[in-house]
Amino acid sequence: MKAGSNLEKVISSGQFAVTGELGPPKSADVSMIKEHGETMRDYVDAFNITDNQTAIVRTSSIGVAGVLLQMGLEPVVQMTVRDRNRIALQGDLLGAVAMGVKNVLCLSGDHQMFGNEPASKGVYDIDSMQLLKAFKDIRDEGKFIGGDDVEAPLSVYLGAVANPFADPFEYRVDRLEKKIAAGASFIQTQCIFDLERFKRWMELVRERGLHKKVAILGGVTPIKSLGAARYMKNFVSGITIPDELIERMKGAEKKKEEGLKIAIETIKQLKEIEGVAGVHVMAIAWEEVVPEIVERAGLYPRPKLS
Amino acid sequence: MITAERKPLDEIFEMLEPYQRIAVLGCGTCVTVCMAGGQKEAEELAVAISIHRKKEKKEVSVEAFTIERQCEFEMIDQVAERLKGFDVVLSLACGVGVQTLVEHMPELIVLPGLNTMSMGYPVEQGVWVERCLGCGDCVLHLTQGICPITRCAKSLLNGPCGGSADGKCEISKDVDCAWHLIHDRLQKLGKLNVLEEIQPPKDWSSSHHGGPRTLVREDVRLESGK
Repeated sequence: MKAGSNLEKVISSGQFAVTGELGPPKSADVSMIKEHGETMRDYVDAFNITDNQTAIVRTSSIGVAGVLLQMGLEPVVQMTVRDRNRIALQGDLLGAVAMGVKNVLCLSGDHQMFGNEPASKGVYDIDSMQLLKAFKDIRDEGKFIGGDDVEAPLSVYLGAVANPFADPFEYRVDRLEKKIAAGASFIQTQCIFDLERFKRWMELVRERGLHKKVAILGGVTPIKSLGAARYMKNFVSGITIPDELIERMKGAEKKKEEGLKIAIETIKQLKEIEGVAGVHVMAIAWEEVVPEIVERAGLYPRPKLS
Repeated sequence: MITAERKPLDEIFEMLEPYQRIAVLGCGTCVTVCMAGGQKEAEELAVAISIHRKKEKKEVSVEAFTIERQCEFEMIDQVAERLKGFDVVLSLACGVGVQTLVEHMPELIVLPGLNTMSMGYPVEQGVWVERCLGCGDCVLHLTQGICPITRCAKSLLNGPCGGSADGKCEISKDVDCAWHLIHDRLQKLGKLNVLEEIQPPKDWSSSHHGGPRTLVREDVRLESGK
């Protein structure tokens, strides 16, 4: 055990893990976060808290994680390298762990030009690989990037992201391997709409035995409407949606039910793929359907591990 | 070369407003080649200033002339006396030229006529691309001649992020993903293993983040230890 978080325990027990996602608000009023957290409480093993996602100013990931901890829910704190240099990132890791955070997800972050402060200076002092390695070294070697000693040991369960839909395709498996070497214990993938491509990626992953070294959680996003699907296809960086899926949504009478069906089918298929250790359900602006998805996908009740 | 473009005319007119005797000083090197601040552009700008003042019914005397490089004291000396006869010098050099003028002749009021863009080259007539940030710690040997510090929008050192699609960067379909280019080049050269190694955090202290940089070469200094 790296940190003994609930997520780590579920994964270590070999059971199919389920993580959810909460996007902090553009205000300090976190009542919606609390509400969504309650709705999903018994349906996910841990909650990702995004870090100023799509470069839009929001309540900080660590701040919201504190709120969740007070509610007895388990956060996965997302940390991007876009807005903080190595001093702030390492300091925030210590702060998060001090507060009770056990899971941290390291990522690059969407470029600042996508957000509501496009004139800001992007930091990118280190990259996501270096961030992972730095946090691993803090935990395992007791050393900061600069070589200074960490004065007391700490535990943290480290994760990273993988995008099997980004290019160059073959490199995406190399990159996964590199992230494992850098310190990732679990991986959450970009939203999977193109299952065929995901399966091809998993084949390459299994060829190298990487699924045995890291827990891969497939990303699933229920599509709420045809417009949402089109928006994601055209405007969200890193997401691919096959035309068949757009056509399926177009042809559906009840769009929301169709979106749910697609998500549930995807999860059921992911469960059948060797080496997939769980799912990461990102029901962005549609958090209330997560319990239904989890139940209908046959993943309820969630394991209770002590 | 250093690339630059002329500031908007209105901005230039506004900053020159308090002055009557104006020198528009071109620079004969980089900004001449990128057609932003050479003798031709200096003359055109002088005409534009005159016309503007005429419209405003305000007096002005403008002269346009050029020296080979505004970033060298010796070359500034060639026009030093002449420059003293003006209320203001509108420099059409890059930011380095403007500051060299001020440092060498602190009695002058020097204003920038250009926005300095980057270090790069023209890929075609009228299109200049940025290729070097001057980070002070070149990695082009690792990436086979394609700079990820300059050309990756996130200056990543360990391969392309999740936003790379069809060879393009997530910030724009008009921008190549530098890491896609590096990946393909390394693949062609049979050197993909370079990407396997985790590149450590970069030492940015050799770049601007260590404060303004001074390069000292004792071997070529005239008075050592001055």
